[in-house]
Amino acid sequence: MVLNSYRTGPDEKGHFGKYGGRYVSETLMPLVHQVEAAYRAAIKDPEYLRELDELNRVYIGRPSPLYFAERLTEQLGGAKVYFKREELNHTGAHKINHAIGQVLLAKRMGKTRVIAETGAGQHGVATATVAARFGLKCTVFMGAVDIERQKPNVFRMKLLGAEVKPVTSGSATLKDAMNDALRDWVTNVHDTFYIIGTVAGPHPYPMMVRDFQSIIGRETREQIMAAEGRLPDSLVACVGGGSNAIGLFHPFLDDADVDMFAVEAAGHGVDTDQHAASIAGGAPGVLHGNRTYLLQNADGQITEAHSISAGLDYPGIGPEHVWLHENERVRYVSATDKEALDAFRMCCRTEGIIPALESSHALAHIIRMAPKLPKEHLCVLNMSGRGDKDIFTVADALGAEI
Amino acid sequence: MSRLKSCFERLAGENRAAFVTFVTANDPDFGTSLEIVMGLPDAGADIIELGMPFTDPSADGPAIDRAAQRALASGGSMIKTLEMVRRFRAVNADTPLVLMGYFNPVYAYGIDRFTADAAAAGVDGLIIVDLPPEEDEELRVPAGKAGIDVIRLATPTSDDTRLPTILSGASGFVYYVAVAGVTGGKSATKDDISAAVARIKTHTDLPVAVGFGIRTPEQAADVASIADAAVVGSAIVSLIEGGLDNDNKPKKGMTEDVLTFTRKLADGVRKAKR
Repeated sequence: MVLNSYRTGPDEKGHFGKYGGRYVSETLMPLVHQVEAAYRAAIKDPEYLRELDELNRVYIGRPSPLYFAERLTEQLGGAKVYFKREELNHTGAHKINHAIGQVLLAKRMGKTRVIAETGAGQHGVATATVAARFGLKCTVFMGAVDIERQKPNVFRMKLLGAEVKPVTSGSATLKDAMNDALRDWVTNVHDTFYIIGTVAGPHPYPMMVRDFQSIIGRETREQIMAAEGRLPDSLVACVGGGSNAIGLFHPFLDDADVDMFAVEAAGHGVDTDQHAASIAGGAPGVLHGNRTYLLQNADGQITEAHSISAGLDYPGIGPEHVWLHENERVRYVSATDKEALDAFRMCCRTEGIIPALESSHALAHIIRMAPKLPKEHLCVLNMSGRGDKDIFTVADALGAEI
Repeated sequence: MSRLKSCFERLAGENRAAFVTFVTANDPDFGTSLEIVMGLPDAGADIIELGMPFTDPSADGPAIDRAAQRALASGGSMIKTLEMVRRFRAVNADTPLVLMGYFNPVYAYGIDRFTADAAAAGVDGLIIVDLPPEEDEELRVPAGKAGIDVIRLATPTSDDTRLPTILSGASGFVYYVAVAGVTGGKSATKDDISAAVARIKTHTDLPVAVGFGIRTPEQAADVASIADAAVVGSAIVSLIEGGLDNDNKPKKGMTEDVLTFTRKLADGVRKAKR
């Protein structure tokens, strides 16, 4: 099938081809419909858009710069590499982009409390931040394992006035945090808005979060035109749930000459049982409100993901990514824990930027890819987050003591 | 006539509500779970709901979540769940049995294979909590052809604009989730349940079962006086958990304790004034 456009999805029921949809308990269905109606009304309301625009500018600090990574480019000796510097945003990652959009929606809907799930803690920090900014109560669900490996972000959330609830069920990581967030939401439907942290969950979340994140790609388009006078040849982003990747990719999907690479977390290797690569190693299924690819066994039981990066440690992926994979518009590749760590160290020393372990996966692919490409090849990496939160994990992996 | 339909008709003739029990298949292990399920009809259960264990039961509270994890840890699977139904049906031809759970294990098993195997095993209905009317056609249609009812759920958030969506295409009975929340949480008041059941009945002729938050014989009796069925799950499942040792092996007398409690709940339902 040849598609006219890759940017028209989802359909009115929230499906991207076979994927997406609204697979939640009946108690939540009216609310999910209300969120969609409120979102569709909000994006037609000039006042909402003006406030969003203003906050993007003066609170997040947008636009984030597009930066020519000169020393890295020299060292790799091939493609010209740019970083889209989402790690310079307020709170240190791209997550704030959709947190602002959603909190404004929560306010419009008259909700007084927000909840969120978090893995690396970046989405939790972003949610706690906007909750503080707008005076809403905030509860963040976080796996007990992640709380241990992301202590700085846990304390940050608490400083911002959020309650951090440790989740001990299952593997005590991101998927279990999402289960508990859904349990909280269904119990507190009257006053609570669920700020989902990625392009997953029931419709309209995958669409809505994508729309808020697409500012990354829109700015990149303008910035690369200004810098180079043409569109890039390739885009590279890491993908767990896939919010930063879709944010960079979406505005370019219909530009046939722009290649896109989404880098999944291969953990100890996609041929082991210790990875978080849903496209490479998953199968279609239904979890957390949407149909997508999931890491699961033959009985349909969800298996535990593994990645050194807590933000990618999730056994699923946003439904639009699966659709883009099956339509072969975006290429889904992977990088192991070790490759990500090597990329992390290289970035620190060549560019003076400590990248998030999540973004280091994207960088690992660039390190493999760039040397084989000509010097005129323009490549944009989404530097989705900064790595200050990861220094303990990295120290541990390197056998260093802080 | 389907077992569900004849069950509700018979009980209407006796002027009483149905007592519905929920336990998770394979909790804590296949043999013990089968023994409990086999004993439920004699303990007064009119309809049996059997949980299909799932790793991520995001609509359930801690009691049923832990039951699912125990069931999976002892080798529970869709194949085992259906085998349990077959064994039950071999000795009980009449008691309706409804499978309850989440869509992914059904989908992974294969929908056509699942509806065929479930019908052959003797399953009468399905409650799939994360499959709302907007998404359930792919299961509801083949299930209907196999003679299995897909039970729709109504909740405190189902207003009069939502109810027609829920009830169009509903069959078997309507399951009213009495509280907005997860299983094993708060209890609704009798007045609230009564008003909700009356409202649902203005939209449908199907029997209305009420579950969530019913733990005691008194609460079961209250619900039985105003609805067509009362469902008890977490309270029974918690009793199973309480009767396990540190290795999740049943202590002596656990099954008897569970069935004795079930009998008390059933007596509550049977004594309810209507």
